[in-house]
Amino acid sequence: MMVSHATRKVYLKWARWIGTFLAMSVICIPGLWIVLSSFRPNVEILAKPAIWIPQDLNFDHYAAIFSSDPGQGAVPVWSYFQNSLIIATTSTLIALLIGMAGGYAFARYSFKGKDTMFLGFMLSRTVPGIALSLPLFMVYARLGIIDTDFGMILIYVAMNLPFTIWLIDGFFRQVPQEMSQAAQIDGCTPWQAFWLVEFPLAKSGIASAGIFAFLTSWNEFALASQLTRSTGSKTLPVGLLDFTSEFTINWGGMCALAVIMIVPALLLTFIVQKHLVAGLTFGGVKG
Amino acid sequence: MKRKFLSPPVLLLLPAIIIIAAVVLVPLLLSLYTSFTPFKLTRPDTLYRWIGVRNYARLFEDYYFWAAFLRTFVVLTIALNLEMLLGLGLALLVNKATMGQRALRTIMMFPMMFSPILVGFQFKFLFNDTVGLVNNALQSMGMERVIPWLVDEHLALFSILSAEIWSSTSVFAILILAGLMAIPRDPLEAAKVDGCTAWQTFRHITLPYLMPFMFIAMTIRSLDIARAYDIVQIMTAGGPARRTELLWTMISRSGYVDANMGLANAMAYISILLSIFFTFYFFRKLMAARRYMGGAQ
Repeated sequence: MMVSHATRKVYLKWARWIGTFLAMSVICIPGLWIVLSSFRPNVEILAKPAIWIPQDLNFDHYAAIFSSDPGQGAVPVWSYFQNSLIIATTSTLIALLIGMAGGYAFARYSFKGKDTMFLGFMLSRTVPGIALSLPLFMVYARLGIIDTDFGMILIYVAMNLPFTIWLIDGFFRQVPQEMSQAAQIDGCTPWQAFWLVEFPLAKSGIASAGIFAFLTSWNEFALASQLTRSTGSKTLPVGLLDFTSEFTINWGGMCALAVIMIVPALLLTFIVQKHLVAGLTFGGVKG
Repeated sequence: MKRKFLSPPVLLLLPAIIIIAAVVLVPLLLSLYTSFTPFKLTRPDTLYRWIGVRNYARLFEDYYFWAAFLRTFVVLTIALNLEMLLGLGLALLVNKATMGQRALRTIMMFPMMFSPILVGFQFKFLFNDTVGLVNNALQSMGMERVIPWLVDEHLALFSILSAEIWSSTSVFAILILAGLMAIPRDPLEAAKVDGCTAWQTFRHITLPYLMPFMFIAMTIRSLDIARAYDIVQIMTAGGPARRTELLWTMISRSGYVDANMGLANAMAYISILLSIFFTFYFFRKLMAARRYMGGAQ
């Protein structure tokens, strides 16, 4: 029997609801389990049979990793956090500045070898981080910049530049060239025309490029684990390794550090997420 | 006449060129050189002994290397395709949602904020055979035995793939969603007037319009291929018995653990060729999809 059009529509709507719910559960559960575990005592995490409903939520793991006694499972969270923050923020800002210059050049000027250079930038990103870490280790050792914030910032700027340039190029192409020309006729210098007219119009795209750059630097592990040695430059992702020993892993402490690591990324993405979808729509794609 | 070397575009691009040359190009040339030497980290003088293509010759006969090469290729192909399909489905679902779309969009991007190394630990935790969420859930539902998710070779690859897909589907979803939001309304309405079914509209209007977005996601992901390293390294470190060894875990092992830098760099060079192949392939697909759209409009 044919189902009537209206009933089918209701079925479809329900199917969509259930589908969305299932998809969101799959996305959320692994993360939520980490958050939940960071508040549970080890006996509950490692319980057999599993304890599904938490009986005893507390801040013990957080207290332990922030404590001063390494025997309790303390790790230098503050230095890791500081290093991560300095390295990720600085490298994002520098990548955005240089990326804006490069993206503007690609969007506004035509010059010889433009396409080749564009593809060349993209291809520089095909080199896997771990393949780069071997030669970089040798160069950095020679220059004496292993285990420094500066060394890591330099790498992350280079890593983020291609994508930053690509996105920002797409955004400047959306801004009609006539607008800056009109501003210059009205008496602006080219520099003023850029800051007062073109930059504000491309801002949302630059913000989304910034998020991507920040998340990449904040989360990078392969290079950081090879090129940092001490608390002077170790970042949070490398810090996670402090919870592993040869045969065991301190899951509770690790979950607590994981939560500390996610919160800034989550906040930043939440604040700028409005720009993110809009930004991606206009940038890159139509270039 | 303006002087040629200081023309504005060159000046603007100069910082980017310098940094990329310093951080990517120079090390790459160095690694190309060391791949022709028997360089060992423990014996610096070996850096100056030229042995020609012997490292490469050795690799061509190395069964483990080609097994890892093939495995990397297969894992990538499966992951990229599944991520694209799931991302498309997710984007369509979120796009159709009438209530709380902003909240759904934020939740959808949730895995993007997780560091790949964190994803590795997280899934190692979930798939742990004694305390992991997956086995505990199965046992609560009445399963008797313990499934060794990370120890059995097929299951270990499956576990790695699920971690990889969980973490990266949102990259596809967000780009495809951006594409869906940018679709012009006119052709969709015209299709409705012409009496197209929902499937026909999707197949002939929505999908071609989304293709460039998908290929951009593919390009980005194939560029970010190296991320797979973190997840594999943490979850299985290439084990059991090298059955989940991917190119980059193998490279870092022979470079840092076995100290065979020269050989590792030769491997890295071959693996870079693989990434370049993927990038070129998707880039050309992207260009073709864009041309197709240009012709349709």
